Amino acid sequence: MRYNALQILRQGLTGHKGWKPAWRKAEPKPEYDIIIVGGGGHGLATAYYLANKFDQKRIAVVEKGWIGGGNVGRNTTIIRSNYMLHENEGFYEFSLKLWEGQEQDFNYNSMVSQRGVINLYHSDSQRDAFVRRGNAMALNGADPVLLDQAGLRKICPFLNFDNTRFPIQGGLLQPRGGTVRHDAVAWGYARGADQKGVDIIENCEVTGFIIEQGVCKGVETSRGTIKARKVGVAVAGSSSKVMALAGMRLPMESHVLQAFVSEGLKPVLPGVITYGAGHFYVSQSDKGGLVFGGDIDGYNSYAQRGNLPVVEDVCEGGVSIMPMIGKARVLRMWGGIMDMSMDGSPIIDKTHIDGLYFNGGWCYGGFKATPASGYCFAQLITTNTPHDTAKHYRMDRFTRGYMIDEKGQGAQPNMH
Amino acid sequence: MIINHPLLGPRDASEFVYLGDAKLMNRPNPKSETALQDFHDYMYLRDNPAGEHKELWFHEQGDRSWLIVTRNTISHEITHVELARPSA
Ligand SMILES: Cc1cc2nc3c(=O)[nH]c(=O)nc-3n(C[C@H](O)[C@H](O)[C@H](O)COP(=O)(O)OP(=O)(O)OC[C@H]3O[C@@H](n4cnc5c(N)ncnc54)[C@H](O)[C@@H]3O)c2cc1C
Repeated sequence: MRYNALQILRQGLTGHKGWKPAWRKAEPKPEYDIIIVGGGGHGLATAYYLANKFDQKRIAVVEKGWIGGGNVGRNTTIIRSNYMLHENEGFYEFSLKLWEGQEQDFNYNSMVSQRGVINLYHSDSQRDAFVRRGNAMALNGADPVLLDQAGLRKICPFLNFDNTRFPIQGGLLQPRGGTVRHDAVAWGYARGADQKGVDIIENCEVTGFIIEQGVCKGVETSRGTIKARKVGVAVAGSSSKVMALAGMRLPMESHVLQAFVSEGLKPVLPGVITYGAGHFYVSQSDKGGLVFGGDIDGYNSYAQRGNLPVVEDVCEGGVSIMPMIGKARVLRMWGGIMDMSMDGSPIIDKTHIDGLYFNGGWCYGGFKATPASGYCFAQLITTNTPHDTAKHYRMDRFTRGYMIDEKGQGAQPNMH
Repeated sequence: MIINHPLLGPRDASEFVYLGDAKLMNRPNPKSETALQDFHDYMYLRDNPAGEHKELWFHEQGDRSWLIVTRNTISHEITHVELARPSA
């Protein structure tokens, strides 16, 4: 069923009895051409593009829990392409372009809202670094705008410009950045994949890989063996756990990141504001809640909840840069587990096992990557050659010395 | 999380800096034939288990000792704490 205005009218006149579930509850078949492990944003997008752009058939997505229960439903929904390194920027700009066409493409309202993303700067040297990053963005076709203090005051008069420790001099704005309704992204891709015959199998945990003479022939699951010619893994925070089943150790640690939502308020924020110096970023959802967060907790974790010191740190950061936030009450908070890689950048690559492909290492920034990650992974699985914008995301870059380290932190995952 | 420091008693985890897997204490032998591969693995690859994890915490806001903390990464429960090096 296509969603459009006529359909709403028709359903409205017939008591809304004709709406169907957005995707079937599929049962596992004994065999597929392609199995995608992990029904998060990246796994579903991969299946969607495999079926819709790369003409692949007989595809299944195997998900341990339910669709939308992982990070795709836990993130703070920010999309942007304001990276500096060319290995990243081309990829994220490709992703932003896919976001711009996404709703029409998969016929689902994912509420892509290009309300702008502003990174604050507080010193001359930080401004210079932002100018440099803006130039790198422009070279890749993105849209950087450098705001001085007066320009920023016009958009965000409520900021604490005279903060003693970090006085605000201005910001780097990306007008095409913004937010997207995260659950709708999962649902939209699931529905679009399902319409092309992809089986979305929930409550089905992968517990092993069938590997014969260096070739992956399928997966063992909590609901039995499923054979496949190719298997692509996109399980985000569970990457190390799942790839260990294939005998691999990854350049990754799993860490918890927390997020917070305030009670609903009238519109107060024009877009996304990030205050890196104070470990705080914030936007406002369409329901009115301030959606905000800060740093990861910093220790290995598979618990989808964090601890109080970070809660305090995030709230302090918020109050220091945007004092009015002190009046709002926190309504909900939660955590998600992220696959923090050794250089802060992702991997989309084949493995040394034929027919087994890996997608992970997204750290706290993989939501914005969802469309491009799915597209590039689908291309890799179909053709065995990487997409041009994802060709640097290789598994062996640490051996070769080609790290993609935006922050220059080195191999310390909790610092990225 | 409260870390029960062997010398100082229970301390809040926020006084500490986290480094990672305690296996990092075992540096590979630079003279070994496989040193290049060993150092790559040492530097970049992690077991990253879900469950019990022995890890290094540095008491930066305290006595600046390194501790080996045994902690469950699923529940955050800390079951054992010892000094990474015996005190003098
Ligand atoms: C609090 C928070 C805020 C964030 N904010 C942002 C943001 O503002 N912008 C941004 O770009 N990114 C953000 N991120 C990061 C982003 O959410 C993730 O990088 C991205 O969602 C990961 O990809 P995914 O959607 O496929 O992950 P997930 O939705 O986690 O999907 C992985 C799936 O794999 C499944 N799985 C695991 N093990 C198995 C198994 N053995 N068998 C079968 N299935 C399995 C899991 O159940 C899960 O559903 C944030 C993350 C968090 C936690």
